[in-house]
Amino acid sequence: MPVISLESYLLVGMMLFAFGMFGIITRKNAISVLLGFELVMNAAGLNFAAFSHFTDKTIHGQVFTLFIIALAAAESVVILALIIAVYQKMNTIQIDEIDSLKG
Amino acid sequence: MELKEIIFFILATATVLSGWLVVSLKNIIHSAFALLITFFGVGGLFVYLSADFLAATQILIYVGGVMILVLFAIMLSEKVYNVSIFHASKILPGLLVLGGVQVVLLRVMIESPWRIRAGADSVMRPTTEILGGLLLNEYLLPFEVISVLLLAALIGAVVLIRKEVKRRREGACL
Repeated sequence: MPVISLESYLLVGMMLFAFGMFGIITRKNAISVLLGFELVMNAAGLNFAAFSHFTDKTIHGQVFTLFIIALAAAESVVILALIIAVYQKMNTIQIDEIDSLKG
Repeated sequence: MELKEIIFFILATATVLSGWLVVSLKNIIHSAFALLITFFGVGGLFVYLSADFLAATQILIYVGGVMILVLFAIMLSEKVYNVSIFHASKILPGLLVLGGVQVVLLRVMIESPWRIRAGADSVMRPTTEILGGLLLNEYLLPFEVISVLLLAALIGAVVLIRKEVKRRREGACL
């Protein structure tokens, strides 16, 4: 098997996705959860680009990667704003300590 | 191995290793910088996929935008050292999910008959012009929707932060 093949990209994407899931599940700190989420989004984008390069003549997959990047950026902005708002209110961002619904 | 294969191997290894560091390091600043390396690695892999515009976008948006925001949020919010950031009770389920996801995806990856296009490795052409054409013709509606979404995210972030600042000022006046 050649080093630069579809499978090697899929392997990298799979690793990043699994690590991101692991981070989302195990982390206590809200920002760490966000970091795991970014890993998952990157893995998805990488897979789209890899499939578009190896199996398709056109580059429609890259358009999807662009959309994913834009979505991830928008979401992380909103999440970070939420985290800072929660921190100002409750003085913590440990997600197991944030347990009241109405401030 | 040729030189480009060696570089690819180094890039892929660095991406995966730093991805693991992101979720395993105890200090959140260190894990943010590991994520920086992951972003650069994925950007490099995009170059190998002849996706030059994507590589540039990856570096600009993730490294230049998201990373800076994350670092700001870390410094504005929590103390960095001596914080317990792992759920001790969730590590076992986390490892199970990690293993399960990898096993399932590996099986799919090995058993699926991927239709590889002939001569896929040799093509390295600039993509910006084609991407622009696609975005403004075929994907015009998603493009516009994304722009509205970005506007909504912008306003939403400002509103979320601003409410708290105003309340604090009122408190200070009292």
